[in-house]
Formats: sequence, C-alpha cells, structure tokens
Amino acid sequence: MKVLLLCLLLVFSNSYSNESSDQSKTESTFRIISYPEFEEMLKTTSNKIKVYNFWATWCGPCVKEMPYFEKIQAEDSSIELIFISMDDGRKPERVTSFIDKKRIKAPVYLLNDVDYNKWIDKVDPSWSGAIPATLFIKSDGTKSFHEGELTEKELKLIINQLK
Amino acid sequence: MKKIQIGVMSFVLSMGLIVGAMAQNPGYKIGDKAADFKLKSVDGSWVSLPNNAKGAIVIFTCNTCPYVVAYEDRMIDLHKKYAAKGYPVIAINSNDDKVSPGDSFEKMKDRSKSKKFPYAYAYDKSQEVIKKYGASRTPHVYLLHKEGNDFMVKYIGAIDNNYQDPTGVTEKYVEEALDDLMNGRKVAVESTKAIGCSIKWTKNAQ
Repeated sequence: MKVLLLCLLLVFSNSYSNESSDQSKTESTFRIISYPEFEEMLKTTSNKIKVYNFWATWCGPCVKEMPYFEKIQAEDSSIELIFISMDDGRKPERVTSFIDKKRIKAPVYLLNDVDYNKWIDKVDPSWSGAIPATLFIKSDGTKSFHEGELTEKELKLIINQLK
Repeated sequence: MKKIQIGVMSFVLSMGLIVGAMAQNPGYKIGDKAADFKLKSVDGSWVSLPNNAKGAIVIFTCNTCPYVVAYEDRMIDLHKKYAAKGYPVIAINSNDDKVSPGDSFEKMKDRSKSKKFPYAYAYDKSQEVIKKYGASRTPHVYLLHKEGNDFMVKYIGAIDNNYQDPTGVTEKYVEEALDDLMNGRKVAVESTKAIGCSIKWTKNAQ
C-alpha cells in the first residue's frame, strides 16, 4: 500500500512538478498556487475520481474530517485526494507544520487568492463559500460538490455513487 | 443496463438524502422582506430591527472565526460611518456554544468589551434568525433598507474583497451598496460570495 501511495505521490508531483527535490522527499507535496493554476489543475482529469477538499488549519470541522479523506485515499486506489488550503498565504508555515504534525499524505496546495467572489462560483455555483467543502471530479469530467462537514460514511456514500 | 438504472436510481436517491440531510432553508433573496427579531445583546438589552432607522447592516458573525477577527475593525468602522446615516450594524452570533464553546454569550461579552464594539452584538441561541435569513458562513452580511414599514433585503454577501489587507481592498461591497441606496439608486452589486467559517449548527438531540 505504501508503495502504491508513493507511486501516486510521484505521479502527482511529476504532473505538477514545480517543487524542489527537497520538498518531494517530505511526506506530502506542498505548494502555494494562484487561481489560474488551480483552474488548470481542475482541468487535468485522470482515470481516478479526483477529490478536492477545501480546508484550513484553523477550521475545526475541516481538521476533523481530514482523516476520513486520507483513509479513503489509502484504501481505495480509484481516488486521488488533493487538499486545497484556504489558509493565509502570507503564513504558509502554519500549513507546512500542520502537514508534518498530522502526517498528511495527500498533496496540499494553498490557494492564495482572497478575491473570493471572483472564483467561488467557478468552482461550483452551489458553494456559498463556507468550509469545509469538497469537489469531486470523475475521469469524464463530471463534477459534484458538497458544502459542509462529512462523516466517513457520508464520504464513502458519495464516492460510491460516483463510481 | 439494469445495473446502470439501479445505479442511477440509487444515485438520485442518495443525493436526495444528502441534500435532505443538509436541508436548510435557502433563506432570503434580494428583494425579500426581512423578518424582525428580538435577541439579547451583550449589554443585556433586547435588539430588534431599528424602527427609527433607514435600514440596518445585519452581520452574522461570531468570536472564533479568523475571517471575522480580520473584519472586526472594519465592522466597527462601518457602524461609525453609517449608523448616523441611518444604517447601524447589528452583529448576530448564531453558533451553538456547545459545538463552539468560544462563541458563548459570556465570550461574546468579553469580545465586545475588549474590542469596544459600538454596535449591538446579539446571540441567536435558538438559530431561528439565521435559519430565516439563510446565512451559511461568518461573516455574512444582509444589508436591509426600509421601505414603508418593511425592511427589504438589498445586498447579501461579503464586506469587501480582501479580508487579509484593508489597504488591498478594491471593491467595498457593503459601502458601495449603501452609497447606491442612499442616492436612491439600485444596488449595482447585490450579492457576493466569500470563503468563511461554517455555522456551528446545533446538533439534534439523540
């Protein structure tokens, strides 16, 4: 399983390789991105269901649900999990130390664009802007969106429906 | 084929369940009439929509959300600038204090005292008011304008377009909407979205 994860991680970091070799040695990929970069990321589909979870280190419900996402990613090879941090882009160390402390495996991108009204509807029109929120994109590009905290059961249910 | 049908069926059903589970009244839209309320403020007084005003800047807020903290000074400034013009800020915290102990009424009093809030800061403990209005995050602004005896919803959304840096703001949504209202114009930008903290809803008693 570890090997598989590592492969996933490598495949992923190759497809968005801007990080230095130093960073790729750490457990998780971390990078600060702009909205256009995020949009490009969303366009890149694979044969997996991509799960973009919007969160922040200070958001209690987000932190609570993260292990469910990591667990499903570890158990289910058809899932590709990507964490999108809404933390303050001026203080990325809050995110990197969180990643280390919680041993986050999935790649983490800090979306550094506070002009929220310009892009929230583009992610999904049903999103009010509250976090946590999760965007699921199937390999054929079909999107589905969930605003609010998920239990492990709810998350599995959504993923099973998407298969 | 049958498998697909069952798949589609169960998808529709379960999405219905999910939507149903988070079912929340979508709340007010622009042009709706806003309901009055009677909530206790941190100074012990009861707060309602102000009869003698031209409107109100109702902001669903709390103590604990970093976005709120980033906006507190700007909320104070809004009140100082617009209360005298007939549009006071009314801040409402609707977070359940069992789910979020930092948002208790006592903690609201502390926060109000230390920041010297010039506006009412009221507790919507039953969450009835926020459910009627339909706010989903903090801070979430409902700008109301009085027409006859009714308070009409004229703007819903964020305070401005840069929570991090007040000097980096290029669109002051609430102020621009107020300027439109005070000059008898239709509000140009009637709704905006922003990343915010989720509302800490009361968990159903088991």
